[in-house]
This record gives sequence, C-alpha cells and structure tokens, in this order.
Amino acid sequence: MTTRDSYASATDTTEGRVYSVTGGDWDSLVTEIGQTKEERVVVNMGPQHPSTHGVLRLVLELEGETITEARAGIGYLHTGIEKNTEYRTWTQGVTFVTRMDYLAPIFNETAYCLGVEKLLGITNDIPERASEIRVLMMELNRISSHMVALGTGALELGALSPMIFAFREREKVLDVFEMVSGLRMNMAYVRPGGVAQDLPKGAVAKIRETVKELRHNFKDNEKLLVGNTIWMMRTKGIGYLDLAGCITLGITGPVLRSAGMPWDLRKTDPYCGYENYDFDVVTTDTCDVYGRFLIRMQELEQSLRIIEQACDKLDKSEGQPVMVADKKIAWPSQLSVGSDGMGNSLEHIREIMGTSMESLIHHFKLVTEGFRVPAGQVYAAVESPRGETGVHLVSDGGTRPYRVHFREPSFNNLQATSAMAEGGMIADVIGAVASIDPVMGGVDR
Amino acid sequence: MSENIGMFGASGSGDTSGFGGLVRSAANFGSSERPYGSYFDEVTDELERAYPEFSDAIEKVIVDRGELTLHVKRERLFETAMKLRDTQSLRFEVCLGVNGVHYPEDKNRELHAVYPLLSMTHNRRIRLEVSVPDSDPHLPSLVEVWAGNNWHERETWDMFGIIFDGHPGLTRILMPDDWPGHPQRKDYPLGGIPIEYKGATVPAPSERRSYR
Repeated sequence: MTTRDSYASATDTTEGRVYSVTGGDWDSLVTEIGQTKEERVVVNMGPQHPSTHGVLRLVLELEGETITEARAGIGYLHTGIEKNTEYRTWTQGVTFVTRMDYLAPIFNETAYCLGVEKLLGITNDIPERASEIRVLMMELNRISSHMVALGTGALELGALSPMIFAFREREKVLDVFEMVSGLRMNMAYVRPGGVAQDLPKGAVAKIRETVKELRHNFKDNEKLLVGNTIWMMRTKGIGYLDLAGCITLGITGPVLRSAGMPWDLRKTDPYCGYENYDFDVVTTDTCDVYGRFLIRMQELEQSLRIIEQACDKLDKSEGQPVMVADKKIAWPSQLSVGSDGMGNSLEHIREIMGTSMESLIHHFKLVTEGFRVPAGQVYAAVESPRGETGVHLVSDGGTRPYRVHFREPSFNNLQATSAMAEGGMIADVIGAVASIDPVMGGVDR
Repeated sequence: MSENIGMFGASGSGDTSGFGGLVRSAANFGSSERPYGSYFDEVTDELERAYPEFSDAIEKVIVDRGELTLHVKRERLFETAMKLRDTQSLRFEVCLGVNGVHYPEDKNRELHAVYPLLSMTHNRRIRLEVSVPDSDPHLPSLVEVWAGNNWHERETWDMFGIIFDGHPGLTRILMPDDWPGHPQRKDYPLGGIPIEYKGATVPAPSERRSYR
C-alpha cells in the first residue's frame, strides 16, 4: 500500500531510515514504519510556528508522545547588532541595542548606558532625576514585557482570554511610553549620561492614573488563571528545573526565582538608586511553569509599587536636570516629541542657526564625531524581566566602541529547554518554553 | 596602532568624518599594584592559597573601574576555573558566559576570551581573561565546569573562530552552518557579503561606502 511521494519519501541516512510526513499520507506512513521495529519519530517544530515565541526551532525526538531528546535551533533572527555598533558613536549605540530584546528595550538601553557611564567614570554624576526616570521606565517596561509573557504563554496553552486582557493592559503602558519618548517600542530614550529628555507636562499625573487602572485590571487575569484547575493541570510540575540545574546553566530571572532563590540584581547589586525603593523579591519553590507564572503575576504588583515611589520622587525633583552636566558628553539641546517620534527642538535650531556659530560647531562635532571614551573594559548588568542582562564593553579610547557584547538572559536561559522538556509530553514543551519567555530578538541579536 | 582618516570614502577634502585623524591604540594595562581595594585582595589571596600554581597560572591582575580582571594562561584555565568554582571561600558558581575580543595588533595574543564570573554565595564578581594567538586559537572548554557555557562557547567559536577543545558539540549557532569566516573579527568587514534579493545583487555595505 506504500505509495511513492517525491516530496515525502523515506530516505536512508547515516542515522537510519527517516520518514517525512507532509499530510494526507498518514496511513501509508504507519504501514511503512510498522514494518520496522524502531519507533523513533523526529519532529521539527518551527522556526515558523505559532507556539515557539518567534523564530525558535525545536527538534524533538519522540517515543510515542514522550520527548526523549529536545534541541533548540536558533540564529534565525541574527542581525549583527553587536558588529554594527562598532561602526557608530557611543550614543548611536543606544539606537541599536534597544532593538535586541524588543520586549524590554529600556533594559537594553539602561544596561548599555550604565556600561558607557562606568567606562567614562561618570556613574556618580548622573542626575538623580535621570535615574528616577530610568527606574520608572524600566518598571513600566517590566509590566509590558510580563504582559506579553503571560498573554502569549496562556495563549499557547490554549487560553485565549488572558491574552486579550494582557494586551489591553500592555497597550496602556505603551501609551505612557509614547507620551514620554514619542515611541511605543525601541525608544532609544535612555542615553549615556541620562535620558534624552525630561518627562512632558502632566506625565506623572497620567502615570499615577494608569497605575490605578492597571492595579484594578490585573485582577481580571488573576481571576481567570490563579487556581484555575485546567491551567494548573497544564502548568504544575511541568518544565521542572531545580536550583542546582539553574545555577550550573547560569539561569537568572523568574526561572531562578521559581527554584526558591531570591536573586534579584535590584536588591543584590543595586543600580540607578534601586536601594532607595521599597519592594519585595518574589519567589516560589515549585521549580515549575506554574511557579514562574505566579512570580510574574506578583512582580507586576511590585513594579506598580516601585512606579508609585518613583512618581513621588519625580514630583520632588521637578525641574532638575535629566542629563549629566558635562557639556562634552551631553548633547547641547533637549530633544522634543514631535508627531513622528523624538526630534530636534525648534528653539535650539533657532539658536544654533541664527545666533551662535560656536554652538553650531559644538553641536555638530558632538553629534557627528561623538565623545571619546577612555580605553578599558567594563561589565554592567541590570535585572531585566528575563534575568541578568549584562553588557561587556571594550573601548580603545576612540569615539566608537571597540566591542559591545550583550549577555542576553533569553540566550542563556533557552539552553534549559532540553532539561525542562526531555522526559515530558510533547504538549508540555510549549509550556516549558513559554515559562522561559525567550525573545528571539535578544537570543540572536 | 590603527589610524582612521575619513569616512564614506571621502578623500582630499576636509575631514568631516568624526574620526578627526584619530589614532587609536589598544589599551595595554600593566598589572595593578596591591592593595587592590574592595574584596579583590581577599579573592586573590584565597585563590593563591587554594591554588599552589597561582603565580604560574595568573599572568596579570588588573583592577580598573572597580572591576577585577585575572589574566590566565590558557594551559591553566581549566584548573583555575575549577578552583574558583569549588573553593569554599571563593564559590564562583555562576559563569555568565564567554565572549571574544579581537585585537589584531596584539601580536601572538590576537584573540581574547573574557569570562565574567559571579559568586552568588558572596555576592562578588570577577572576570577571567585568556588570550590565544590567531595561528593556534585553541582554548579548553569550560562546559564541564559551568554547563551554561555551552551556547556561549559556540557563539564565540561562530563569531571569532576560537576553538574550545572538549566542547560536546562545537558548531555554529547564530550564523548558518555553512557560513565562511567569523563575523566579529576586526578583519571581517561590516556586512561582508553581497545581498541577493529576487535575482538582483546589492554589493556589501563595505563595498558601497567605506566604513573604516
């Protein structure tokens, strides 16, 4: 009954006979496989697959429905950002790195800027208001990122409504981003020395209102999922990875905290003044997908707490500078939000074109040439929604980076896929990957 | 060491490139003097106590911008890593990966590998740096010590061509399997290859205008 199909034929390889399925040929395939004793099926999942969080490719070896071997294939979204930054000024680097982990742009920018500032030796000269704005933006970003993690994670396991609610809340955060920086994603808002511009008028009041709304609306998803029998059956005991596994694999973020380790760089190695904020590090000891889900849910509330405290601080620091005072580093003008994002402020253009030749020269040199960074290397890290985003920067004393390397938590954590999925059911690999929350833009850079 | 003049292929006109005839030289730090400050003295003392071959293994100790860098001989890298991980008073149980830096002018030490280490027990960070010559780019793999280095070492092989001996499966990870060359090296131009799209070919960025 075996029919020959030129597109889905059985081929002999060094590994043994391999059968391909293309649809509609299941009967003939079963007959053909039934003749041999081995029952090993290799399923290629992705890179184009709705449940793999972007262009992740999983190669799964199955015995029945049990996964005996899982491998992750990456690199489909490699864009050479690290190489590109070597050909731009230090400030332009922000525009590139913000596009790495596209769900957490502010974290990429902040990690990069903290590194540049460490190289410049101006870490202690960053104005407080700039750090407060950074903290505010990072925590807002953590919410919008966790919303995608929760929403898509639930969607991939078959729960549609949580995704609708999650994206509704994410939209509110993106509105705030748009008001502050002019852009919803990839804002290039955090710059070496501070932030691109001060908060617009009325921003803090609007953010306070948003916090209230978010706190109220988060309950919708909580009611849907926390304690939900079906949800718990799909997530409890799934994607198990204990503390020893996490440590040896270098896992950080919610996955590490789900193994009971209260490791959060905001507490253990504070930056941007996080030591002045009151918040808790959430942990569970279940080591599974459900634990990671609970951690993300509760981190939302912790982020709201930090945002409220940041708003109080911002009220007090109203009118203070948001950029380092050194005119050799800070751009001479404050940018302003236009209809198409951030751009030049008209007053500044009037000044440099109409009245001050020297200002024009200074501006031109600083923007085209950039500032020089003393030779050396540094490592700076922030706690992103996915774990430790680390930046290794090398300068040779020039106006452009010599080497920029991002230690992406998604890249590192994705290695845990095999440990989480092998021995489990094929349906559970989706939940395991979703609980790692990899963003392929960050993985492949 | 390297001099950049002009950009976008401009020559004979005023230099508006931003490089301004900039002469750049690779940072060449000498070993730092004691006391190193912070917890760095303690870490080096403890390592010296736990590892008798310390003076042979560690070529340089550099403290710069509040960070400690130990330059390790590649023959001693594996031992040093094991000591750093397992000694009770050091306990660097997490390695945050490895990445390369290419210094073409640093003769016989062209390729550097950098390992940021983290001790969660003591909340300390240090950095290991190893250099290998371009002509013999072999390093011992540390996957046995920190399993999470697996993908990082594959990336460093992919991007710099450093071969990690003993790695369980050293294949390319970000670039396609049959890719020639190692893109992050300084002798590899930006873009590097012509872009083919629907039959037409656009020259590589490095051919279109000179990024130098």
